[in-house]
Amino acid sequence: MAESENGSDEVKIGVYICHCGSNIAGTVDVEDLTAFAQEQGAVVVARNYKFLCSEPGQALIAKDIEELGLNRVVVAACSPRMHEPTFRHVCQSAGLNPYQLHMPNIREQCSWVHKNGATGKAKALVSAAISRAYYLEPLERREVLVTPAVLVVGGGIAGIQAALKVADAGHKVYLVEREPSIGGHMIQLDKTFPTLDCSACILTPRMAAVKAHPDIELMTYSEVVGVQGFVGNFRVTIRRKPRYVDESLCTGCGICQEKCPWTADSEFDCGLGQRKAIYTPFPQAVPNVPVIDPEHCVYIQKEGKCGACLKFCERGAIDFKQTEETVEVEVGAIIVATGYDLMDPSAISRLGYKRFPNVITSMEFERLCSATGPTGGHLVVNGKEPKSVAIIHCVGSRDQKYHTYCSRVCCMYGLKFSHLIKEKIEDAQVYEFYIDMRCYGKGFEEFYQRAASEGVTFIRGRPSQVTDFALNEGEKGKLVVTCENTLVGAVMRVPVDMVILCPAMEARPDAKEVARLFNLSQSADGFLLEKHAKLEPVATANDGIFVVGCAQGPKDIPDTVAQALAGAAEALALIDRGRVELEAATAFVNEAACSGCKVCVTLCPYSAITFSETEKLSHINEALCKGCGVCVAACPAGAIVARHFTDQQILAEVEALLVDARPATAAI
Amino acid sequence: MSKPKLALYWAASCGGCEIAVVRLYAKILDVADAFDIVLWPCIMDFKYKDVEVLPDKSIDLCLFNGAIRNSEQEHMAHLLREKSKVLVAFGACAHTGGIPGLANVADRETIFQRVYHDTPSTANGDGVRPQLSYQVPEGELTLPKFYDTVRTLAQVVPVEYFVPGCPPVKEQVEGVIQAVVEGRLPAPGSVVGASDKTVCDNCTRVREEKRIRRFYRPWEIVPDPSRCLLEQGVICAGPATRGGCGAPCLSVNMPCRGCYGPPPNVVDQGGKLLSALASIIDSQDPAEIERVVDAIPDVLGTCYLFGLPASLLRRVRLEGNALPAKEAVELAKAL
Amino acid sequence: MAVPPDNWEPRIVGFLCNWCAYQGADLAGTSRMTYAPNVRIVRVMCTGRIDPTFVLKAFQSGADGVIVAGCHPGDCHYTEGNYNTMRRTALLRRLLSQMGIEPERFRLEWVSAGEGAKWAQIADEMAAAIKAKGPLAWWENVREA
Repeated sequence: MAESENGSDEVKIGVYICHCGSNIAGTVDVEDLTAFAQEQGAVVVARNYKFLCSEPGQALIAKDIEELGLNRVVVAACSPRMHEPTFRHVCQSAGLNPYQLHMPNIREQCSWVHKNGATGKAKALVSAAISRAYYLEPLERREVLVTPAVLVVGGGIAGIQAALKVADAGHKVYLVEREPSIGGHMIQLDKTFPTLDCSACILTPRMAAVKAHPDIELMTYSEVVGVQGFVGNFRVTIRRKPRYVDESLCTGCGICQEKCPWTADSEFDCGLGQRKAIYTPFPQAVPNVPVIDPEHCVYIQKEGKCGACLKFCERGAIDFKQTEETVEVEVGAIIVATGYDLMDPSAISRLGYKRFPNVITSMEFERLCSATGPTGGHLVVNGKEPKSVAIIHCVGSRDQKYHTYCSRVCCMYGLKFSHLIKEKIEDAQVYEFYIDMRCYGKGFEEFYQRAASEGVTFIRGRPSQVTDFALNEGEKGKLVVTCENTLVGAVMRVPVDMVILCPAMEARPDAKEVARLFNLSQSADGFLLEKHAKLEPVATANDGIFVVGCAQGPKDIPDTVAQALAGAAEALALIDRGRVELEAATAFVNEAACSGCKVCVTLCPYSAITFSETEKLSHINEALCKGCGVCVAACPAGAIVARHFTDQQILAEVEALLVDARPATAAI
Repeated sequence: MSKPKLALYWAASCGGCEIAVVRLYAKILDVADAFDIVLWPCIMDFKYKDVEVLPDKSIDLCLFNGAIRNSEQEHMAHLLREKSKVLVAFGACAHTGGIPGLANVADRETIFQRVYHDTPSTANGDGVRPQLSYQVPEGELTLPKFYDTVRTLAQVVPVEYFVPGCPPVKEQVEGVIQAVVEGRLPAPGSVVGASDKTVCDNCTRVREEKRIRRFYRPWEIVPDPSRCLLEQGVICAGPATRGGCGAPCLSVNMPCRGCYGPPPNVVDQGGKLLSALASIIDSQDPAEIERVVDAIPDVLGTCYLFGLPASLLRRVRLEGNALPAKEAVELAKAL
Repeated sequence: MAVPPDNWEPRIVGFLCNWCAYQGADLAGTSRMTYAPNVRIVRVMCTGRIDPTFVLKAFQSGADGVIVAGCHPGDCHYTEGNYNTMRRTALLRRLLSQMGIEPERFRLEWVSAGEGAKWAQIADEMAAAIKAKGPLAWWENVREA
């Protein structure tokens, strides 16, 4: 075993056993282990030391590498998850490739967990490590340049904030939004808690800033349809839907909307109001350029009939010949800010949504309250002002049958609603049906106290139903909310004029497609998964792609903005560094052995494997490969090699791991 | 100057490798011209004692086909090794164990019980069995000892070259003999008469996407002759098998069964084939995966048809008798 | 097969994935749980790297049992690696049974990074189960008589 397999220099292994104080030495006989290691083939030196990770410990290894010409290092100590980077650095600084280090775990998986047999097991682990290390190859750490541009997907408050911050740092941003205007759900809100700021008032200046910013290219009514490449070097395909209005000519005068005879339900107003077939979703839309809805436009549906907008537009901006356009952009980082939707509570039919016109969702209520809404901000239901309102929390949240999670914002906006109702309607009675009042944030508890002092009735219980069946005079013509008041221990019937449901915040229905598109994972609740719940809240398993705002999970506006800025910081850090290091332990195809069977092609979750029909060979893009090894194990020709985890290395490790399991004479 | 000496021997074999040599047709006369044949039990009347008197290493080339499963074959392997300069494991049986290697699912006792007692057409009321030695008036008759385990040639003696195939195809046999005559052989220990790629490299079928929802036995469907068989659900060992044969089985719409042995970078052919077949199953649901895999009734036979003795585990566990395929599958599923 | 000596201890090889099972085993260590010393761990980045050949090699080299432990389905750090493991195991199990290696000697487990206790339990259970089954001693199986 003195010659290394590839006929180059003799393999010289240095083995270092750490005492880790008494953590290892207290259970494992480190002297015996050192003597054992010294006897193994190709081991030039074996030492033990109190704390190898300390400066003198590291210096000990470095010195041996330099003086003894070691070309492999085995450090038997704590888990490599702890100190592999430390000892890799030691190797590198001593002139040895950092990948020619191997660390058997004799602490977390040995000395700390076994009362008896720890030394025997440590010997097996060290023996295996020596055999594995023998076959380790130097690996190159490669770097690629980062394209200094960022794609932001989604133009709600999260996307807008992230885009502005990146652009303010002087870098190009592409902001892609599926709807005709940016603003997301926040622009649909009336007032925001706990400050009761007018949502539009704080948001529209940001929206205008996006439009005006020289470094932001805004693409509304557009969708991302393809993402290729890898961190620092993404190529994104964007589909731009035809507005049938020329953005460069439109002045936003609004005459087309005025003159259009055709109407449809307004999505912006949650179907409570109407819009025209040519429309901007709301007055402060950015860009202030309408779109034509082909389903309701008679000119499109009936081939040329109507054409009112054509006639009245003074700039001639109406263009029915527009078609879908595909655009490709190159960016270094992607920020996914695709937001949320509210659950449709008609699934919980006992609460009466869609059965009773005066049972509405929170978003519908926001539209009723809003000055730009279908009722101009007047709170009217069935033509009358409601004198009593029930607000039901946790509709679909904290619910085993729908979503087990808490949607975070509803307790606060429930309080906001009670305040708004009391402001608009004198002597209105408001009932909050809750499980817990979650008012945890800055100013939230104070807001709660304020609402409480305004005379809200809090009933702790989950309503069993909303019914119009009156049991007495007082209930006639009203909706009755039945509920067990758990603090009192009695079932109540509360007659009200209006019921507002707080539906769960859900991942958007196309979250799965979005996840697939950007190669992200979803958490169990359907939202997009962050890399680490505590320490990496906006990064994802896919390097260079960040997820911010409610796309990651329910949260309020301050937290959304904080995450958006965090996402911007991540993207800027990437761009600022300018280079990104690729995973070194990737797989590659040995072209002499690949016979083009294609078993590997569909197996890669990162689409790192492509097949060349002309060469009849598979290729692995080393920048995309994360080194999982699935293709390596599957390749029936043994043609794919996993750097740092080769078959030869692992088989040698396994054989040596069991050296004491079989008699010395046993043939393998 | 005397001609180089050539020996051909058959151990646990079917005779197909003899035919592979004879299939050189007229070229066999060139071989006879170029070499001095000193042993060829199938075709010529030399005796073992003729070989025993030869000096060591005097046979320039020995083509040894067949696996080693009894003491006579083992003896001849050692003898020919002693007397030969270049010993070639010729054909799948000598290379990886071949079809006789499948006997490693059983042992001597199980085989004898079946062959001499249990087969339906056998009437053996006296319970006669082969004996190692038997006295007759004329003297002692002996038979070779039948071993429990079939081995490859290289597991018994060192071997210079391996010519894979069941049998090796005509063009490759010609090529090997030509190379010997011209002194053009690679480093000892190499596989010759084959390529370093897999059968897929020889196969002209169109490959699109490997996602399997169902496996079919070859008799269950009539496969499209232009498309990859594996993609149609028919198990083809081609991707895990050394190429160079020209994929003749594929050209008659039958799947490769792996007779050329593992590709150069593969340690255990059956293990790799198993891994590839499983990896392309298009399901993430455990119950459905079981259903798909149920269509392979004999995993061992499918993966190790020609290579059981050469595999990592070499044979089925001796202590308990091999479970028949069906029971083994049931036991595996219960856990 | 000779009766093993009373002090015979099974040797079990564990193939653990870096992101879940290996971390879980580390957690058992940092939590100072105590469990049987019979499992020797080989670290891979993903159970999807595990070629069935490795399992066969382990048995061939003298292992009495083999464990493969990875992330729970759906949680694989590399998205789908463990589904490959699941599929390969389905076939491998059948092969091992046909080879005469009892099903108890091979175990596929899902252990998350937070499941230190589960890892300790698996190690203990496997050691006890194999101790009861006896040595596999594959080298004796292929010894030329």
